[in-house]
Amino acid sequence: MIEVRDLGVSRGAVPVLRGVGFSVSAGEALILQGPNGSGKTTLLRTLAGLQPPLCGEIRGDPEDCAYAAHADGVKLTLTVAENLEFWARVFGVTGIARALTGFDLEALQDRVAGGLSAGQRRRLSLARLMVTGRRLWILDEPTVSLDAASVQLFASAVRAHLRGGGAAIMATHIDLGIEGRVLDLAPFKARLSQSDADDGGFL
Amino acid sequence: MIALLIRDLQLAFRAGGGFGLGLAFFLIVTVMVPFAVGPDAAGLAVIAPGVLWLGALLACLLSLDRLLSLDWEDGSLDLLATAPLPLEGVLSIKALAHWLTTGLPLVLAAPVLGVLLHLPAAGYIWIMVSLLIGTPALSVIGTFGAALTVGLKRGGLLLSLLVMPLYVPTLIFGAEAARRGALGLAGETPLLMLAGITLGTIALLPFASAAVLRVNLR
Repeated sequence: MIEVRDLGVSRGAVPVLRGVGFSVSAGEALILQGPNGSGKTTLLRTLAGLQPPLCGEIRGDPEDCAYAAHADGVKLTLTVAENLEFWARVFGVTGIARALTGFDLEALQDRVAGGLSAGQRRRLSLARLMVTGRRLWILDEPTVSLDAASVQLFASAVRAHLRGGGAAIMATHIDLGIEGRVLDLAPFKARLSQSDADDGGFL
Repeated sequence: MIALLIRDLQLAFRAGGGFGLGLAFFLIVTVMVPFAVGPDAAGLAVIAPGVLWLGALLACLLSLDRLLSLDWEDGSLDLLATAPLPLEGVLSIKALAHWLTTGLPLVLAAPVLGVLLHLPAAGYIWIMVSLLIGTPALSVIGTFGAALTVGLKRGGLLLSLLVMPLYVPTLIFGAEAARRGALGLAGETPLLMLAGITLGTIALLPFASAAVLRVNLR
């Protein structure tokens, strides 16, 4: 579904990762790990097509990806159902019922999102993935502010997505109980090469 | 696309959405002008078209800061950029929503406020038509400015400084058409120039806005 070869990514003008390579096919999950600042978010944003890679190639259709960032992307003055319906219409999907049940949001669907707790808002943000109809989920710290029960809801949603022929790449530090390969990003940390250092001197 | 327009209009009309901000500012400016320059009817009639145009332009400028920054802050701009909508289309819709919630109310309010400024009778239709033709350009140019400064902390000042010079041609031709109309002269030429500016910006600027927004989202 997506294949990455010798990928280098940069944040601002600073290269953070070099030589990253992996492939994820349908039904697989890839879990990215690494210390804070190791480039997990930058790598995920590059995969989602929000920024161009520094070098290397990404083979895969960007139209296949659904990206969920750190920020919830929830409109606080709209209700839960209105938030989901908006994304469903943007992605050309009908029906938000499955997403509401998947993340246990039915009871909250007419509540204004501004009145939700941080964890409930996070669940709404993750439920958005189910109305995108995209096959590859790119998730950046999806379990932030979720309680143990919600983490289980999220894990079962991801498992159902994988069973249905989807795939997921996620950066997370907690064990979700999802079968998946773990990729540690620490070995790919970019070191400033001589040429980069020279450029820095000239500029 | 329609879904995005409906969402933006919903957000504008809900509490804290900022609808009426521009309108209130426009009202304040035009009510204050007679206090500042004196109640002489003949004097006010001369400056009325210019004051109305300047007030509308500044009211438009005031609301630009919210155009993209709210979506940027809560992360929806990233999600919109990865959605199956072309970014050019997203920004055109944003400009349209801005015009519907800011520009159009200004057009409708202008004749009412014209009374306060002793606008000559012949001028009412001209101020409305010139604002109707000119304000879409203000929204589209403003969207470009907002795309340039999105992500900057408190970028409002920079946004105003960047957009102001781009607003000058619209102001010159818009106010000139309204002034000539109010004096009973032929105002078609500045009106046509104004229409040209508006059509040109609508056709070209969304591409520039999308390009700078892509760079800003990196």
